[in-house]
Amino acid sequence: MATTDNEVKELIKREYEHGFVTEIESDTFEPGLNEDVIARLSAIKKEPEWMLEWRLKAYRRWLEMEEPDWAHVGYPKVDYNSISYYSAPKRKEDMPQSLDEVDPELLKTYEKLGIPLHEREKLAGVAVDAVFDSVSVATTFKEPLAKAGVVFCSISEAVHDYPELVKKYLGTVVPQGDNFFAALNSAVFSDGTFVYIPKGVRCPMELSTYFRINAANTGQFERTLIIAEEGSYVSYLEGCTAPMRDENQLHAAVVELVALDDAQIKYSTVQNWYPGDEEGKGGIYNFVTKRGACIGKNSKISWTQVETGSAVTWKYPSCVLRGENSVGEFYSVALTHNFQQADTGTKMIHLGKNTRSTIISKGISAGKSSNAYRGLVKFGPGAEGARNFTQCDSLLIGDRCGAHTFPYIESKNKSAIVEHEATTSKVSDEQMFLCRQRGIDPEQAVSMIVNGFCKEVFKELPMEFAVEAGKLLEVSLEGSVG
Amino acid sequence: MLSIKNLHASVEGKEILKGINLEIKAGEVHAIMGPNGSGKSTLSQVLAGNDAFEVTEGEVTLNGENLLELETEERARDGIFLAFQYPVEIPGVSNLQFLRTAVNAMRKHKGEAEMNAAEFMKLAKEVSKQVDLDPAFLKRGVNEGFSGGEKKRNEIMQALMLQPKLAILDETDSGLDIDALKVVSDGVNALRSDDRAILMVTHYQRLLNHIVPDYVHVLAGGRIIKSGGRELALELEEKGYGWLGIKDDDASN
Ligand SMILES: Nc1ncnc2c1ncn2[C@@H]1O[C@H](COP(=O)(O)OP(=O)(O)OP(=O)(O)O)[C@@H](O)[C@H]1O
Ligand SMILES: [Mg+2]
Repeated sequence: MATTDNEVKELIKREYEHGFVTEIESDTFEPGLNEDVIARLSAIKKEPEWMLEWRLKAYRRWLEMEEPDWAHVGYPKVDYNSISYYSAPKRKEDMPQSLDEVDPELLKTYEKLGIPLHEREKLAGVAVDAVFDSVSVATTFKEPLAKAGVVFCSISEAVHDYPELVKKYLGTVVPQGDNFFAALNSAVFSDGTFVYIPKGVRCPMELSTYFRINAANTGQFERTLIIAEEGSYVSYLEGCTAPMRDENQLHAAVVELVALDDAQIKYSTVQNWYPGDEEGKGGIYNFVTKRGACIGKNSKISWTQVETGSAVTWKYPSCVLRGENSVGEFYSVALTHNFQQADTGTKMIHLGKNTRSTIISKGISAGKSSNAYRGLVKFGPGAEGARNFTQCDSLLIGDRCGAHTFPYIESKNKSAIVEHEATTSKVSDEQMFLCRQRGIDPEQAVSMIVNGFCKEVFKELPMEFAVEAGKLLEVSLEGSVG
Repeated sequence: MLSIKNLHASVEGKEILKGINLEIKAGEVHAIMGPNGSGKSTLSQVLAGNDAFEVTEGEVTLNGENLLELETEERARDGIFLAFQYPVEIPGVSNLQFLRTAVNAMRKHKGEAEMNAAEFMKLAKEVSKQVDLDPAFLKRGVNEGFSGGEKKRNEIMQALMLQPKLAILDETDSGLDIDALKVVSDGVNALRSDDRAILMVTHYQRLLNHIVPDYVHVLAGGRIIKSGGRELALELEEKGYGWLGIKDDDASN
């Protein structure tokens, strides 16, 4: 009964609203990668010798590695020598000291993106670090954060100002040789965010970073390091956009989180990189390694992600649960449309006693897209009494898309318990007909149904971003029914 | 109000409606009875614009306007409401959100301002009590885990919220216990008014004790083979469909 599949099939045509390009003078490296390029990059950043050495070590590692091909995605091979590894907006002085010194064009870009860069803006209470192509342009709310002892700055600054912390933790959660993209990032990371929450401090506000790829043929390789000392708490959110371009652009980030005893890190992502056009042309390759280490007892790391963008996504925010009673959580909404491909999920590595993890994954596929959940739950020999709960739901819109689930479980401890639930459903013609029969537009109906499907994940997002995420889904689904 | 002339409709190439003629005026209540598979739900769905069914011949007008040209949601906004025989679930979407979206879509169409959350909540609570559904149901997913009877009451609740011009009730009385039948009938009677019409599909003449129809029609094999007043239902109950020249089990063929 109800509307034909055609209805649903067409509900997925969309305009990418962040697709503008900012006219801005920038210093951009010639495409290509070799040791000289890395040395130049390091020199521009006036990095200490140890940092350059670290990069070169990673580069040599990378040269010996192969690009992975096990993910459920297909894309033409990336030519790593056709990418520029550094692009920065030109500035009169060295670094902007305050917002007034930031190029007005750049500020306008952020305004268009709806980013609350100014402290006065409506999202007051959110401290923002904005990364434009390769460099960090402005960090707001430095003072109140400093008062609390919180360090929130670009990773480049951290290399200069907090070298001991960076040396101690960089590469400890995601080692240089962890995977192909992590090695590449370790060699060429251009900027990113550094957060340090001292012992016993509850970070007084949400911290947030916006990433923007602007220049053509540039890769973005940011690196984020968050350290939460004993008994501290921080909630961090990142948002991402990029202009519409016909060529594919590479984004290979690394995020490392470290939680000590009784510390909590909540990390949320709203990713809306340009997904490519309706024919599948262009779009961002989003190859990201995100991992958190619960080193301390009773520590907790939660990943919440809403992924609607990118042409190809390859991303598995993970938790290594080393500390006794530590907790890992992964809440994910991944939406693919047109020709988008996503292979995403998580790894929960239980090493300590009584460690617990929860995985809630909601995959939505529309158009001709492909959406895969890949999750690993692993229990080491010491993971006495550890538990995992996994719920993996897929929602299909139309009948030309695909959803796949690849759960892997490895257990070396008999006392560990895993529960796994998986469902696949469709936005049915009957549901659509019911909504429309009550006067609701087909687009609104789909977005309402999809939002309902994602509810469990959205409620994990900070309030204002939950609203944002809902709207983002709506935009992303435009044209998916006709 | 509603005028159906020689309506033919088929599904998957099979003709189900084979020339329906029916006139419904404002203020009237029409009951449609007939054997299983005779096309009652099909007629209801076709009127509401379900495009799984193909209209092959005939015309339908609502207040003079060609209904068949309109999309489902446009018909709904023009005042056609269908209470489903088998209401579908929408997990995760709360009844409240669903109703509010629907009510506001209708209001927008009429050029009225959206109802604010507090106003809406108050109205929804009142109406839920009217159909004897605990307001806690408003927070649950649309029909999610509702019992059969609760689903039917929820359909009437939606009708009361949306205040349609033509309410088509497809076996809204099926599966109801005696108390629920009373509640649902009261709800339907509350909808009755001079500028509104009701078309109800039912198998049971007992419903017609609660909601007294102006006309009763018998639909069999895709055609209305007999029409009459209230008393026709009683006669059918007594004699079955056999005396009309059809057998109960192969009525649709
Ligand atoms: N989607 C469909 N595909 C195939 N056949 C269908 C479809 N929908 C309805 N039919 C057929 O059309 C005929 C009429 O069905 P309909 O649901 O209108 O009957 P009804 O009069 O409402 O019966 P009941 O009293 O059992 O509810 C039946 O033979 C049914 O199998
Ligand atoms: Mg029926």
